[in-house]
Amino acid sequence: MDETLKKAVEEICQARGNDAGAMMDIVRQVQARFRGVSEEAIDLIAAQCHVPRVDVAGVVSFYAFLSTASKGQVVIRLCDDVIDRMYGAVAIAEAFSHELGIEMGQTTPDGKITLEWAPCMGLSDQAPAALVNDVPVTHLSTDKARHLIQSLRRYMDPSRLVERLGDGNNAHELVGAMVMNNVRKVGPVIFAPLGPGEAMKKALAMSPAEVIRDVKTARLRGRGGAGFPTGIKWEFTRAAAGSKKYVLCNADEGEPGTFKDRVILTEQPDLLAEGMAIAGYAIGADEGILYLRAEYAYLRRFLEQVLQRRREAGLLGKDVCGKKGFNFDIRIQMGAGAYICGEETSLISSCEGTRGDPKNRPPFPAQKGYRGCPTVVNNVETFCCAARVLEKGAGWFAQLGSPGSAGTKLLSISGDCLRPGVYEVEFGIKLTEVLRMAGGQEAQAVVVGGPSGQIVSAADFERPICYDHLATGGSLMIFGPQRDVLEIVEHFLDFFIEESCGYCTPCRVGNVLMKERVARIRSGKGELADLGYLERLGQTIKTASRCGLGQTSPNPMLSTLRKFRSAYDSRLVQQAGPFQSAFDIQAALAQAKEVQGRASVLFSGERHHR
Amino acid sequence: MSDKTITFTIDEVEVKARPGQTIMEAADEAAIYIPRLCSLKGLSPFGACRVCTVLVNGRPQSSCTQPAAPGIVVENASERLHDIRQDIVEMLFVEGNHFCMFCEKSGNCELQAMGYRLGMMEPKYPRLWPRRELDASHPDIFIDRDRCILCARCIRASREQDGKHILGFLGRGPHKRVTPDSSDGLVQTDAAVADAAVAACPVGSLMRKRVGFGIPIGQRKYDHRPIGSDIESGAEVPDERK
Repeated sequence: MDETLKKAVEEICQARGNDAGAMMDIVRQVQARFRGVSEEAIDLIAAQCHVPRVDVAGVVSFYAFLSTASKGQVVIRLCDDVIDRMYGAVAIAEAFSHELGIEMGQTTPDGKITLEWAPCMGLSDQAPAALVNDVPVTHLSTDKARHLIQSLRRYMDPSRLVERLGDGNNAHELVGAMVMNNVRKVGPVIFAPLGPGEAMKKALAMSPAEVIRDVKTARLRGRGGAGFPTGIKWEFTRAAAGSKKYVLCNADEGEPGTFKDRVILTEQPDLLAEGMAIAGYAIGADEGILYLRAEYAYLRRFLEQVLQRRREAGLLGKDVCGKKGFNFDIRIQMGAGAYICGEETSLISSCEGTRGDPKNRPPFPAQKGYRGCPTVVNNVETFCCAARVLEKGAGWFAQLGSPGSAGTKLLSISGDCLRPGVYEVEFGIKLTEVLRMAGGQEAQAVVVGGPSGQIVSAADFERPICYDHLATGGSLMIFGPQRDVLEIVEHFLDFFIEESCGYCTPCRVGNVLMKERVARIRSGKGELADLGYLERLGQTIKTASRCGLGQTSPNPMLSTLRKFRSAYDSRLVQQAGPFQSAFDIQAALAQAKEVQGRASVLFSGERHHR
Repeated sequence: MSDKTITFTIDEVEVKARPGQTIMEAADEAAIYIPRLCSLKGLSPFGACRVCTVLVNGRPQSSCTQPAAPGIVVENASERLHDIRQDIVEMLFVEGNHFCMFCEKSGNCELQAMGYRLGMMEPKYPRLWPRRELDASHPDIFIDRDRCILCARCIRASREQDGKHILGFLGRGPHKRVTPDSSDGLVQTDAAVADAAVAACPVGSLMRKRVGFGIPIGQRKYDHRPIGSDIESGAEVPDERK
């Protein structure tokens, strides 16, 4: 038994009251300290927290930022997003590999540097990007990649990789990141200034029921993608039985191509905190949890300071804003790398310290959420909107946007355009107008809502962005005429395969099967029947999957089958008859041929051609 | 039944349920069979295999987890749902390495029986031929992951019925697998051959050693009657374990 490990693990667990509910913090700390959570550490944690060791092992194996094997002192995570690939991520991976003498997924023999691929880290507008430990490195090139390795080799200090600081609070001493906000269009809801406590004071002057009424009157709907009416969610949670309730903020912005929450967290954390406190007041909660994705760990110290400043100003804590009996505080819960945790019930599972599996519904979080208590889970942007509703009034908010979709929406725009970045636009804006603003008029295809959304063609560019037409949680990826739509689809499927939690059959297996067939078509070996096969497979996965991941993962394939049919048709094998022309008998026999040392008598090449 | 009785329909047949019952439980009592694999009477609902997917007022739901509610219209035995269920069962076949012709569980296997019931011939999907590890460390029980369908029946039975925790899940997505509660094989756990966990396995994955092929062909559970026929005959509410 390693005594240093034993002592450290015991201390880490004890600091958390040996509470298995704090498992995410415990395993994250052990990982940070020992660069991995070894089998021995798993045993120690299990003993300390009185849980089965297999449950601890299950958590460690679930999250991408955790590992049983020891990682390097520095871990380089290169973003594998489709946009990053368009901008040369593969060449950068090669440069890293060459410079380090290791492959992706490996650690240098001296145990110093690990090199890995990672899914979208919310930097698509400054791609290609990587995280070096917690430090984001943007606009990479092969040259920069080589310099980066040289710097690490010399100093082993990721913070030295920040050549120049980004704009706004990215330059704050507690952030110190080279990340750029790239806010291209400022709107009245999210990016307008807010005096401290301005929204909260107005809310606290009303009754909780009146606050909820205002949010309903404003017709505010969830900004994460699903678009559920926020006021109704709050009302259900308020009405649910139980004295202890929670407010959870979903800052696990994992949908590829989305990065607007990162900008809100950087520039408007106070607006977010006000929105969470207002939700707490409305539903009767005294605790809020900000679930921050591991990729945004570089913002943590800054956000902690914001919360501390608000506590000192009486805007969090006991008797908030002087309102007797209203106590509310916010703590940050770090994630550990799992797209699925953006699904609200998975996020709750993760907060509870377990594998990030979605939960069965019903019960819904409003009835039984975090630790079995009624819980509101909203997106970062939704809380900000709610705060603004209370500050400026429900009528003011409702008149923005379009009839079914009130207010503004932050769009994260990336890909083939001149001005990638964050745009606050009113709902109802036509996609053409957005493309014009971003300088992406050449677009062949636009991915609206990320891989779980849809891929639209020019025929849809005149449609408005809103819940009833082109719905998006914020991701808008633009692809020019030179891009291969099928390559994008295949890439998204790779993403879903990796990020599926594996709980239910259709998603766990179906995504793998979809990818196999799309790849076959891309390689020119598909046949007409494959299109019907894909259509049925996609519908089965959508219908039968347990949560939003599988219910949407076929979307890129299904939407392109309709809108980019020629991309599929043009690659199909031309069939002379009903037989399976895509079946290659020689390839199928290759192994037998090798074992036997002779060719098939029946299917020898000559006979075939006779 | 009391005045709290819930009334709803499954394929236009009126069904009654008590408050708190799931659609599947109510269906079972009404002698209506909804195909299922991960569900097992006596264990908490899990909702993983998705074979029991039904349409509730047009929306897909797993009937093993969805509570019965007054007036809901449930679609179960339609062609559309049959196709979806067949697709799912075929997915389970190609995901693992299933060789019915020489599997000890053949004839008593719920996956195989479901394949027959749903009219599955050769799976339409390509086989994925995964490499999976066998755990034969325990003297009386082995885990053959090639045949595992990740239904968690063993995991739930161990915790809920045996009062143990011999197994759990590791990994995610296609890498998800059952693993013993030890870093060194099932033998290092307190698993016992009489555990409910062992009997709960619907396939040939968690198996007793030295009893393979014990039942002659012709006398096996599904040799003469398809899976679910006990429910349809109204004879009993199912417990798939022997």
